[in-house]
Parts: sequence; C-alpha cells; structure tokens
Amino acid sequence: MKKPFYFFFFLLIVLSCKDETECCVNPTIAIKLKFTHHWDGVELSSSDFNEFKFRTANDDLISISRLRYLVSNVLFNNTIQSSSTIYSLIDIDENKTTLLVTGVPISKVNAFAFTFGFRDEDNLDGAYADLNSASFNVPEMLGGGYHYMQFDGKYKDSNNADANFNYHAIRAADITDPDNIILQDTSFEVDLGNIEITENTTIEIKMNVAEWFKNPNIWNLNELNTVLMPNFDAQILMNENGQSVFSLGKITSN
Amino acid sequence: MKYLGFCIIFLFFLMSCSSKEDDVYIPVAYNLEIPQLFADKLIPPVIPADNPLTIEGVALGKKLFFDRILSGIQTQSCAHCHKLQEAFSDRSQFSEGADGNLGSRNSMPLFNLAWNFEELFAWDGKEFGLENQVIEPIVNPIEMHGDLKEITKRLNEHDRYPDLFQLAFGTSKISGDLVAKAVAQFMRTIISANSKFDRYLLGEATLTAAEENGFNVFMSEEKGDCFHCHGSNNNPLWTDNQFHNNGLDETFTDLGLGAISGDPADNGKFRSPSLRNLTFTAPYMHDGRFSTLEEVINHYSEGLRFSETIDPLMKKVNDGGVGLSDQDKDDLKAFLLTLTDEEFINNPAFKN
Repeated sequence: MKKPFYFFFFLLIVLSCKDETECCVNPTIAIKLKFTHHWDGVELSSSDFNEFKFRTANDDLISISRLRYLVSNVLFNNTIQSSSTIYSLIDIDENKTTLLVTGVPISKVNAFAFTFGFRDEDNLDGAYADLNSASFNVPEMLGGGYHYMQFDGKYKDSNNADANFNYHAIRAADITDPDNIILQDTSFEVDLGNIEITENTTIEIKMNVAEWFKNPNIWNLNELNTVLMPNFDAQILMNENGQSVFSLGKITSN
Repeated sequence: MKYLGFCIIFLFFLMSCSSKEDDVYIPVAYNLEIPQLFADKLIPPVIPADNPLTIEGVALGKKLFFDRILSGIQTQSCAHCHKLQEAFSDRSQFSEGADGNLGSRNSMPLFNLAWNFEELFAWDGKEFGLENQVIEPIVNPIEMHGDLKEITKRLNEHDRYPDLFQLAFGTSKISGDLVAKAVAQFMRTIISANSKFDRYLLGEATLTAAEENGFNVFMSEEKGDCFHCHGSNNNPLWTDNQFHNNGLDETFTDLGLGAISGDPADNGKFRSPSLRNLTFTAPYMHDGRFSTLEEVINHYSEGLRFSETIDPLMKKVNDGGVGLSDQDKDDLKAFLLTLTDEEFINNPAFKN
C-alpha cells in the first residue's frame, strides 16, 4: 500500500509545480474592451439609426444606417497579448461592440493601444474567413485587403433633399495608373495611455462619431459623399480626422 | 479480496447494460463535402448541434422534399416550387399553391443555405433557422396549405416513414419537429460551387476579355459597385444575405422586412439573393418583376427609384443609377453568367 501512496504524493507535487509555473510566475488575465459611441457627448446606439438627428460641423443634417469598423493589434505595454486579439469587427447594428483580450499579464500597464483598421502587414487580401463572410473586403483593383470602416447613411443636400453617403475608410490607393497602384497605409494607432487593470476589468473605449466630420478637416458631405474608396485624398482626410475619434472611457471591475 | 469480486461482478453488470444500448441503431454521420473555395474563404457552415447531418437523415429529408404527402391535399411537394432545373426556384413569377392560389413573391432558389450565417431565411427574413423555414410553406394557406397534425398523422400511418424516422432519429413517432429536421438536413447538403468563375478562382479556367471587364464593373465602386451586397472573389456566396431596399419602388405594396420587424425603417427591404445560377433563376427580384438580366442591369444603371428607406449603397439614386455604358452592361452580364453551375442542376444527389 505504501508504493501507491508515494506515487500519488509525487503526482501531487508535480501537478502543483505545474500550477505554480502557469498561474503564479507569469499570471495573466482576460480584459474586456467595450466600444461605445456618442455624438459630441450624446450617446449613440442602433436605436438612433435611420433618423435625421445628427448635425455635422459643416451643418449637414445626417441619419446613420450602418457603422461597422475594424480594430486590431491590441497592445498592452507594447506587446500583443494573444492570437485571439489580432482583430475584431465592431458593428453597432449587430450589437457586436465588445472584444475579449486574453493573456494580459497582471502588471502595471503604462501603454494601452490598438490599431484602427489593419496595418499593412495584417491587411492580407482574403485571409480572414470571418471578414470575408461579413463582406468586408476591398476590391483587388484598390489593393485588396479589408475595409477599415463602413459608415453609411443619408444627408440633407443643399436642396434639402435626401442624398446618400458612404464614408468607407480603406488603405488609400492611387489608381491613376491601374498597372502601378500606389498604396498608403492609412490605418492608425490609437494610444490610450496608462491604465490600471485588475482581474475582470472592462475598459470602455468611446468613439465620438461627430469627429469623423470635423477635426482637423471640416467635412462637406455635398462634396465628399460617395465613391470615396478610390479617392486617395479623401482617404488621407479620413485618416487625419480619425486621430481624435477615440478616447478612453470608464474602467470598471466586476 | 471480497470487494474486488463484487467490483468485477458490478463491472460485468454495467457492460451487459451497455450492450443492450448498442442494439439501438445509431445513424451514420454524413460527411458534408465543403467546396475548396468555401473552406478557404468562409467560416464553417451552420449545422445546429441538435440536428447534425446523418446519411439517414439527409436521405429521409430528400424523400420528404419530393413527396406530396407534405401538402394539405397531397398534390404538391416542396419541389413543386423549387425545381432542380431552375436551381430549386420557380420559373413562374408567382408559384401556384395547393389550392390554386398565387403567392406575391417569386420562389427563392435553394443552395448554399448552410452558409446563411445569420440564419434569417425567406425574402423578408421572417424565419430564423432552416428548420423553421421548412415548416412555413407546408402550413402556409397560399402555398402547400397543410395541417401539421394531419400530415404527421399521415406519416405515422405510412408503411415506410416510421421505419425511416426510426433509422434517422431513433424514434418511429413522427413529429413536425422531426420532419423539419430531416428536410433541413437535406437542404443543407444542396451546394452549388462549380461555376466557371469558381474554376477561374481555382486556376482551372480563364475568363474572356468581356467577362473580365464585367467582373471589374462588378467590383468597381465607380461603376457597378455590386460587391458591397453581392459578395466577391473573397465571398463566393455572391450574397451578403442582408436586407436592403434596392430602389425598386417609391411606395411599397409589400413591406418586406418592415412587416416582420415592425420598424418603418425596414420597409421595402428584402434579402439579397445569391447571384449564382442566374441562368436558371429568372424572373428576378422578390416579386419576379424582371424577366431578363438586361432588365435587372438597367434597373441599377438607370431605373432606381427613391424612397425614404433606400439603401445608402444605392448611391446614385438621384441620377437614376450608376449609369453604365452599353459595353459595361454587356460585359457585366457576361461576368454574371460565369456564375452558372451546370453541374449543380444535373447533380444526381439532388434529383428525385
């Protein structure tokens, strides 16, 4: 009877050693990122869609019918945490507004950042089945890869008639010469600075949708409304306006 | 040692119990062959955990699909309005129901349904899940006009069906739920993925200059801008399975999704159909108003009509449409016809 006892005792020690290595030497936690949306401080959700209730900095009255965008490359202390956080498609209408980041080390986080859209190295044409299935692709003639954002709606034009806009952000493509397309990575990193995290932390990231139309470039929907994907200059303007769109919201622990 | 003896006897007892369970026939898993392009580009098909595909279930579903026993007066099967030669759709603008009544919508083609990821079926998305969709036309008064109680009674009294259900589902007591599961299993096996364009993407075919230009028209935001709603080389379903108002009417006699959701913002929205097999699926649109592909292309080029819920992707509605040249229209049609899958409509697995 003694031998089995020793065996189980040994097993217990081995298992406890393994535990020590996995959970206590390099402890990690999961963090939830929650994307919320507002229009200059007024909360915005899909229930606000399809109504002319937002006024841009250019005084254009708009209604929103779709807003979905890609976030990728979530970094804590300049390190990507796990494969599950490579990217996520945020879609207000489908209520897909959270992203779970696993494998975050419990430590002081003095740099929290993510990328709006895909960096060139991640923007691989047709490579992501879920994004293909969501029809989020960019045509090959524009360099391929994926949209960064599809933001669709209507505005009241200069005659006060309804007109459509498709504010679609992609990697800028100059297709003046179709045989020599010039591409420019217009994704950008959103740096949200220092944060304190503990287990079960939820980090709110706020998008001020109005910023897409005002800072630093006042956006005139009567001039820039549709067919913006092949418009290189419009993509640069979107990139510039996007820099001030996101801010850090509440950080909560359950 | 005494305890050891009891343990061994107990073990034998357990084993003898399990051997009785082995007498229950377990249906054989059906190996759904996923086309290479789908496997490469798309997330896996939707197969509900409570209705896995089995060889017996699929065979039973197929038998039911072609059997008139599912209609009220046993004059129509599902195949009456979903004919294989028409890519499981109906050449008639409106199909005639069991009582001779006409519907108000064109019969939707049936293929690649397991890749409808949000599982909203029919033109207006009224049914969630393929199992629910199966029952709808069976009991719809203007379609097969069946009574589910009466139909299951018929099936339970049939000389073959109880045995087939026993093999497929482990029970000979036939319910509407099991009928739906069986037919849904068969419908999930209906796959179309061998068109000329599929072969082109796999490097097995070449496009003509017209087809190639047509594809570019399809993919260009400045021209056709079809890809935002109808897939692409990276989404070989050729539909987003979403709901759009594509500018058919200024006012609506059929509210589409709006009648289901109750949200006026959804009025006039219908699910984008796949552009595969257009050769076989005329007439087009939810109400079958267009007889030819030329009419469809002309609609998007010059015929858009404004309404409050028109999709913002119908970007040039105030100009009537995207204004394609005659050459681009011809080439776009040539490209669309490369999505024709002749092998599909001749597949013996889908024949009665």
